Amino acid sequence: MRTKLIRFIAFTATLALLSSVLVAPSVLSAEDGETVNIYSARKEALILPILERFQEETGIEFHLVTGKADALLKRLQLEGEATPADVFITVDAGRLHRAKEAGVLQTIGSETIDAAVPAHLRDADGYWVALSKRARTIMYANGRVDPAALSTYEGLTDPMWEGRICIRSSGNIYNQSLVASMIEANGAEQAEAWAKGMVANFARPPAGGDTDQLRAAAAGECDIAVANTYYFGRLAASAKEEDQAVAAVLTAFWPNQSEGERGVHVNVSGVGITAHAQNRDTAIRLIEFLVSPEAQAWYAEVNHEYPVVPGVPASETLESFGAFAEDTLNLTALGANNRQAVELMDRAGWR
Amino acid sequence: MIASSPFSASRLVAASAPLLAFVVALPVLIIVASVFGADSGATWGHLWRTVLADYVVNSLILMLGVGTLTLILGVPAAWYTAVCEFPGRRLFIWLLPLPLALPAYIIAYTYTGLLDYPGPVQTFIRDVTGWGREDYWFPPIRSLGGAIVMLGLVLYPYVFLLARASFLERSAATLEVSRTLGYGVRRSFFRLAIPLARPAIATGVSLALMETLADYGTVQYFGVSTFTTGIFRTFYGFDDITAASQFSTVLLLFVVLLIFMERYSRRRARYDTGGRPARYENRIRLSRGQAIWAWVSCMLPVVLGFILPGAVLLKWALVDAAWGGASFLALIWNSIYLAALAAVIALACALVLGYARRNSNTKLVRVSLGVSGLGYAIPGAIVAIGVIVPLAWIDHRLIDLAKSLTGEQIGLVLSGSIVALLFAYTVRFLAISLGAVQNGLDKIKPSLDYATRSLGRRPIQVLAEIHVPLMRSTVLTALLIVFVDVMKELPATLILRPFDFNTLAVRAYELASDERLADAAAPSIMIVLVGVLPVIVLSRTISRGHAGQD
Repeated sequence: MRTKLIRFIAFTATLALLSSVLVAPSVLSAEDGETVNIYSARKEALILPILERFQEETGIEFHLVTGKADALLKRLQLEGEATPADVFITVDAGRLHRAKEAGVLQTIGSETIDAAVPAHLRDADGYWVALSKRARTIMYANGRVDPAALSTYEGLTDPMWEGRICIRSSGNIYNQSLVASMIEANGAEQAEAWAKGMVANFARPPAGGDTDQLRAAAAGECDIAVANTYYFGRLAASAKEEDQAVAAVLTAFWPNQSEGERGVHVNVSGVGITAHAQNRDTAIRLIEFLVSPEAQAWYAEVNHEYPVVPGVPASETLESFGAFAEDTLNLTALGANNRQAVELMDRAGWR
Repeated sequence: MIASSPFSASRLVAASAPLLAFVVALPVLIIVASVFGADSGATWGHLWRTVLADYVVNSLILMLGVGTLTLILGVPAAWYTAVCEFPGRRLFIWLLPLPLALPAYIIAYTYTGLLDYPGPVQTFIRDVTGWGREDYWFPPIRSLGGAIVMLGLVLYPYVFLLARASFLERSAATLEVSRTLGYGVRRSFFRLAIPLARPAIATGVSLALMETLADYGTVQYFGVSTFTTGIFRTFYGFDDITAASQFSTVLLLFVVLLIFMERYSRRRARYDTGGRPARYENRIRLSRGQAIWAWVSCMLPVVLGFILPGAVLLKWALVDAAWGGASFLALIWNSIYLAALAAVIALACALVLGYARRNSNTKLVRVSLGVSGLGYAIPGAIVAIGVIVPLAWIDHRLIDLAKSLTGEQIGLVLSGSIVALLFAYTVRFLAISLGAVQNGLDKIKPSLDYATRSLGRRPIQVLAEIHVPLMRSTVLTALLIVFVDVMKELPATLILRPFDFNTLAVRAYELASDERLADAAAPSIMIVLVGVLPVIVLSRTISRGHAGQD
């Protein structure tokens, strides 16, 4: 019996030893050779291939942690000046703004980058730059909706859409940013009235992601879904028949296009350099690579997002949705209005 | 009173227990301490006027529902497989605990895929009947009710395992008594077995309820606003750490109340068994009608909690998945070794605390035990924040020290390493190991220690010859449950993991949150497969440990 106890202790000790050996590499991260350390709120599947390409071309080694944007931001804040991260990649301008406000970013200051990306897709003070664009627009079910009846986001609150609209919950940042843009355009009161009108027209209580809204619209649970373009693009370009069938019965409608109207709500994924980056030079080279025509084209093709660099074509699928005028509101406003947006959706009963 | 134990090392253990408990409770204490941070009146005012009532009511209904469902699914199945004989009984003993290996958020994905409006079931109904969306009513899966069912289906095994162990252990003799009294199957179940198994059942239900309170993935996916949703909303949406801490603290108080009520309700009862291990040579033979009931009671949880979602996952992985992704081997290895290490560490802590209480049951030690288990009811993402704060503090001190000694700038040592992850897992899951160890130790009567000592054995011999064999199943139980829980753990892993380090749960989450459910199926299946083996060993251990060594 005693041997059992001894064996157990030995086993524990071995495991403990093993763990300390495995911890060691993270302690010794500051070796020679060029590296860049990345915190990314973009999923591994969406970012890894392009990073591998970067490593191949430049010989700069990268290290990656993916996670939820808000959690990574908290981690950056708490790690302070000792943070190992050089680069922070995230989606949604609201979050980029939050990172800037939290003081975890520094100005990028690269002429190459400023020359490549239009000004309204960069932070006004130079703290972050967009990597890709997506439009949050209206998708309608062919046959069940007359596109002539559609006009603007504001028009979705018309009683004719009662019980016909699918959109996800107010906890989602894409909706928060959409409402934030409406606060900027129409004022908070109008935006709240709009949120109430939307709630009155919901086909079902909000749940699931954007793809779920599209599937629901295709299946007939609702006639209109509000979703980001890349979800639609992904379904349309999918190898699966089932996905294609969903895309086939839906059409993307571009709202707010008339003379004097602000255009389709666009949002971005973007990147910034951390305030205490130890590899600032490689970080800049990474960002320059990410806004190069080659990387932009790859991103656009694989992920069905719109490139931020003018002249780089969008994917064939996206092109097939047609051209549109976009809301050129400076994206910083989305972040500034975020809290107000969350509060007014709470008041409107948008769960 | 010092001599109340045969162990000379007992004082060391007792002294180290409060220190250990303090370290484990530190993240929770940090969260509680931030309650008095910046003024959060504005946030609370807003929440109070708008959503707070919903959060509270939904959370209470969720708990009531999950509690009831775990009882309905767990207790009858435990009873039938423990004391009755019917065809398939042995198979069910293996099958019934399996849903424990399924993370709740994954079972939610599968049922949504199946039962949502565009899913195959409703599409079939529409195709057959020609109905449109207005013509029929179908229970919406993404609802509070749906969340109750999902959580109930994966959490009932806690109740099943503990209730069954208790039935096996206690009802052998009582059942014979009840038979001599002329009680039928049903009457002995309600009059004797249930009341006697109450502590075990209560422990099972409270484990399930704490997991329910800490759940975020399922309720968030279903769009159900609970108290936990509120924590996340205030923390991230409003960036108000004070209000989020206050939310978490209210949650904690609630759990403390729950634990207290459970303990209070059985304050006078004593549940020691006789020394003789129970055996079931003569289980109750069921009539045909009764056997059908037994079958249904056992089949239903297994089919709904494991076979059906498992089949959906398999179909997704084999037929629908488009993206194979990087090698699974590294993911599997990372998941397994993290889970194994965490299980061992939690067990070691639990043993220190458990023995401390056994050997010197002072107020300080009792408080230590109480606080060290609190992390179980706190959502992993919040625990993670509580973990980063002290580790980053230590790291910054180390960096300063290194700078003053060598003039060199070193990076973070502890945060962003697996130490941070293991710390978080220990905080989160120590309650489980501790519960198991305490249960195990309670069954070894102190008189046994004295008897062995009086026979001239040294303390270490008492430990090796009496405690180790008697504690074997306890230790294994503690290890396995924590192992499976860490395998499934997501939020803390996501926040705290080091560079270039992924686990199965992380991969499954990333694909699912990118709305590629089919692609997420393969890593989900891996989680289940890696988790199933320990669960099977677990159920074997528990029944063997209690039914004698047959």
